[in-house]
Amino acid sequence: MSTDAMAVDSLELKPGVAGFVDDWGSDQRAFKGVPWGKAMMWIFLVSDTFIFGCFLASYMTVRMSTLEPWPVPSEVFALSFGGAPIPLILIAIMTFVLITSSGTMALAVNYGYRKNKWVTFWLLFATAVLGATFVGMQMFEWSKLISEGIRPWENPFGARQFGSVFFMVTGFHGVHVSVGVLFLFLTSRKVFRGDYDTGRRGFFTWQKGRYEIIETLGLYWHFVDLVWVFIFAFFYLW
Amino acid sequence: MEHIAHDETSFVRPAEVGEMELYHAKTWLGKYVFSQDAKTIAIQYAATAIAIGMVALVLSWVMRLQLGFPDAFDFIDPSSYLQFVTMHGMIMVIYLLTALLLGGFGNYLIPLMVGARDMVFPWLNMISFWVYFTAVVLLAASFFVGGGSTGAGWTLYPPQAILPGTPGSETGILLMLASLAVFIIGFTMGGLNYVVTILQARTRGMTLMRMPLTVWGIFVATVLALFAFPALFVSAIMMSLDVLLGTSFFMPAIMTMGNEADHVGGNPLLFQHLFWFFGHPEVYIVALPAFGIVSDLISIHARNNIFGYRMMVWAIIAIAFLSFIVWAHHMYTVGMNPYFGFFFATTTLIIAVPTALKVYNWVLTLWQGNIHLTIPMLFSIAFLLFFINGGMTGLFLGNASVSMPLSDTLFVVAHFHMVMAVAPVMVVCGAIYHWYPKITGRWYHEGMARFHFWVTFVGSYLVFLPMHYLGIMGVPRRYFEITGTSFLPDSAQTVNASITIAALVVGFAQLVFIYNLIFSAMKGKKAPGNPWNATSLEWQTEHTPPQHGNFGKELPCVYRWAYDFSVPGVEDDFIPQNVPPRTTTPEAAS
Repeated sequence: MSTDAMAVDSLELKPGVAGFVDDWGSDQRAFKGVPWGKAMMWIFLVSDTFIFGCFLASYMTVRMSTLEPWPVPSEVFALSFGGAPIPLILIAIMTFVLITSSGTMALAVNYGYRKNKWVTFWLLFATAVLGATFVGMQMFEWSKLISEGIRPWENPFGARQFGSVFFMVTGFHGVHVSVGVLFLFLTSRKVFRGDYDTGRRGFFTWQKGRYEIIETLGLYWHFVDLVWVFIFAFFYLW
Repeated sequence: MEHIAHDETSFVRPAEVGEMELYHAKTWLGKYVFSQDAKTIAIQYAATAIAIGMVALVLSWVMRLQLGFPDAFDFIDPSSYLQFVTMHGMIMVIYLLTALLLGGFGNYLIPLMVGARDMVFPWLNMISFWVYFTAVVLLAASFFVGGGSTGAGWTLYPPQAILPGTPGSETGILLMLASLAVFIIGFTMGGLNYVVTILQARTRGMTLMRMPLTVWGIFVATVLALFAFPALFVSAIMMSLDVLLGTSFFMPAIMTMGNEADHVGGNPLLFQHLFWFFGHPEVYIVALPAFGIVSDLISIHARNNIFGYRMMVWAIIAIAFLSFIVWAHHMYTVGMNPYFGFFFATTTLIIAVPTALKVYNWVLTLWQGNIHLTIPMLFSIAFLLFFINGGMTGLFLGNASVSMPLSDTLFVVAHFHMVMAVAPVMVVCGAIYHWYPKITGRWYHEGMARFHFWVTFVGSYLVFLPMHYLGIMGVPRRYFEITGTSFLPDSAQTVNASITIAALVVGFAQLVFIYNLIFSAMKGKKAPGNPWNATSLEWQTEHTPPQHGNFGKELPCVYRWAYDFSVPGVEDDFIPQNVPPRTTTPEAAS
């Protein structure tokens, strides 16, 4: 009976590609050993990639379509120390801070899986502080540009689309970072309180938290960093 | 002698994850309003979608009244006519069909069909509905603000969408954009749930290639939506900034009302690209769940296994992939490079291949089947007819050179209504009738259902078939009035009037449908648990309607695909998915 043969032969994995396909299409889980939250975060990040992809593609399009000259990034984004303007110095520090926070995040994930509560807490807390520092420096950068007269609707240094896309895209990224910082603080509080050791239930979701959540949060945080690398390249180096 | 094998471990792997913990709400609010049960959320989604869909239906009546009997109604002026067109399109495509097929059917059927207790993130699922509800409220609010709702057409093309002179350019357009952005946020929450539930929370034995095609259709459509909606989200943000802050993303230097507008250097085509990068996959976001559901309906009601199951799955995936590289066929008239037109015409016509495969497979499933002309089967056959008709006209419009003269005529309107309005609605109606006994535990009224079917089927043809001829004659779409033009004979107006009458009758039949659904839920005959003798898991639940947690103490194990109908040598003409295989014992053989 053909249908019955189909039921029986699926338990043994075939070698090679056929086995890979069988395993992927097998029952219960397509990604073996991947928690639901982590799978969700990966799919969300692909979706979010499309958002930032559309933003960056739109940026390139309006930069092409505008007739006025585009401001020179090394001049617009320069800071003066002791009389001499240093191009991109603030951005360099911001990028350094954000990349560093990715390092502390990665360590936090590692120590989380070791269930080392205190090290995990301090690493998460440090990541949150570094992220908040980044947002603070971005606020400083925005206020500097605004004080020089750059607005979303006008720009004394050239094309008005410069201000529009700059505030929109860095703002959208900044919101991502801020949301990340918020969740980092919340998660570090939960680690501090020992929620993941005692199985205390979430206030909203009523679900028990686990240390795996830190990896899910880490995925988001690294993604936000990666997006910054692209923004850095497209806005500050082009 | 054959007997049923009881040793399930030799056929399915042991469970990989523990049981899901469910939050059982104790309060009325927690059970029925902020419910975390996917089935309740599904009904909330469906009810909201149908409610706002009824508004769009009424709008279409008003539009048809104006087109059929110009100058007869004082309350329709050119501005309000454009507003009705816009809101009708937007509501039907996004707030009715997308929300009903994915939020409604997706929520109800996915956990039941793959054998899960619930969606994997029940709380997120609940929030998803309320965010969607907020989006609907924002949208409905735009009817009541100063200047009314936007009249820019459902594509919301700038610059006209935000310039004074277009109806609703004061507040309506902003509410529309905000509503869309909120909808997308809510949908993303729900969509992540659907995708992760299908990928990671199937029951033992439910391999990907044993999932019913309904689940495949909803799954791939959700993935499409998660990747396509971002483009709409981004364009909604940018257009809102153009309106609110006076940025010039989409706005070139332009004269409006005799004055120079305060915009310079933007690119209106950018919006069209972003919009259609979302807009074309959106067609398949609506169509793919319908494809999946209709496959199951045809198979179950023709008592025949689906023809070419694997081909059906791969066709869905191929269509989904192709739908991302055809978007500019909506933009042939913008003056694009002919090589681009060639590229997009080619990719568009390639989509016809997997789509035609699906149509052949549906017909071959019917072939020599034991066809029961139940209500769901009638609607499925109607779907096939509408879809083939709409697909054929799609071949005309996919070709750049043929599309040019037909662009912005009623031919286009007839085409997309056939293929992505009436066809999916046929499936939606068939699916509602099909699962109604499971969802409510009662039967719908058969006579009213048959009345609803025949009026809707014949009426929709009477509405949209003549529209093709009007389109070929050159009747433009979105025009308030076409009388007094020299190139149209008077008979064009007669056809328009007859279309209007048919549309009003079809609309009336939908009221009968809704009455039937509400009335039968309270007074209908009690239905058994598996009235259609179907094989998939949702029909094998302990209770009808299924309770929170879907299945009894133990989750079902799956041993076979969902299409074991009329298997030779088996007494019943169906074998449910959770029936273990039969084995021949050695003693019996000797």
